[in-house]
Amino acid sequence: MNQVTLTINGIRITAPEGEKLLWAALDNGIYIPNLCGLKENTEPLAACRLCFVEIQGRNKPVTACTETVTERMVVDTKGEQCLRLAKSGFELLMASHALDCGHCLKNRNCELQRIAHHLRVSLKPRILRKILRDLPVDDSHPAFIYDPNKCVLCGRCIWVCRNHVKSGVFGFAHRGFQRRVTTFGDEPMGRSDCDGCLECVRVCPTGALVERGAVPRLGRTEPVY
Amino acid sequence: MTRNSFPQPITRQEEVEAKQKTRRVLKGFTKKRANLIPILQAVQRKLGYLPRIAMAEIAIFLDIPSVDVYEVVTFYNQFRLNPPGKHSVRVCLGTACHMKGGYITLDAWERRLKIKRGDTTPDREFDLDTVACVGCCTMAPVTVVDEKPEAKVEPTKVDGLLLAFEREKQQTSEKPQ
Ligand code: FES
Ligand code: FES
Repeated sequence: MNQVTLTINGIRITAPEGEKLLWAALDNGIYIPNLCGLKENTEPLAACRLCFVEIQGRNKPVTACTETVTERMVVDTKGEQCLRLAKSGFELLMASHALDCGHCLKNRNCELQRIAHHLRVSLKPRILRKILRDLPVDDSHPAFIYDPNKCVLCGRCIWVCRNHVKSGVFGFAHRGFQRRVTTFGDEPMGRSDCDGCLECVRVCPTGALVERGAVPRLGRTEPVY
Repeated sequence: MTRNSFPQPITRQEEVEAKQKTRRVLKGFTKKRANLIPILQAVQRKLGYLPRIAMAEIAIFLDIPSVDVYEVVTFYNQFRLNPPGKHSVRVCLGTACHMKGGYITLDAWERRLKIKRGDTTPDREFDLDTVACVGCCTMAPVTVVDEKPEAKVEPTKVDGLLLAFEREKQQTSEKPQ
């Protein structure tokens, strides 16, 4: 496959032609906050609005997960504008996140913690008032536990459930603040057609989907994506 | 304030009927995903609401996950998950009614009827939902009961309206056959 050369934060990198900027950066060790992107998904959802970067010659920041790399592209992931957008987006997400890192199985392996660290912001919202969703935790499935209060609605689990496993157990339902990832008729996961392949747990960036009986991680580990 | 997630149970017979009717409606459509909303509207026109069985049938017909049908149904206010009650109660939460305490009215209805918005009482007497401005803001807070807008519906008026229904019910049952 043809390679293209581009510059990110002054560093020259090469990436396969047609690759999305987000994956080119991540594969070269340059972190860009992201939640909803999945490399296998060629039609990005671009829902989380955290992966903003600035590209020379463009007057507005763009989402890295939807931007295809081009030859001699010059990218800045640390521009003031794009970081501001990412920080606001993150603040909005955290304003309804049931924060409980001390008891959370994703502690130290959580994409939200990583993003907060990267953006140098706190996990607690600074300006917005915290409004929690207060939805019941679903522990009806033998293989995993689903806590919708920690869900960021990135849609990764829905995508893998359909496109990898071809089962379509998960989906979005309801509207506005009530919107959530759920099953047909909001039934408990244990009663759905789910056979427990745990693909969704693998892609979940937060503590919303965790394997049953998983032990909290103590050391610092690199996220899968 | 969560909307009711899932419909109250329907009888076996209702289920069979709903399934047949849904299938009949589906005959008039092609298996295109774009038809989802028109199908849902047509089925609701027939049944008055969209029971689980109807959604499942539609999903099979269009060959999409049933949760996708559920997504659309729970997104639009026009779709109902519960059978309609004999009387419909629509609490206005438009701007004017909101300012005049529409939420308190809604709360009163929810407490009196012991259901949440979007639900139907177990005896199928009342169904409760909200609307956004019915065009008579001077009467705020408004509740539309069986198509008739009631003015200044404070919690005490909720009690009054319910009492009237009870009376009416008593009288009709007292009447000799
Ligand atoms: S990763 Fe680009 S918008 Fe979520
Ligand atoms: S806001 Fe309730 S009638 Fe207009």
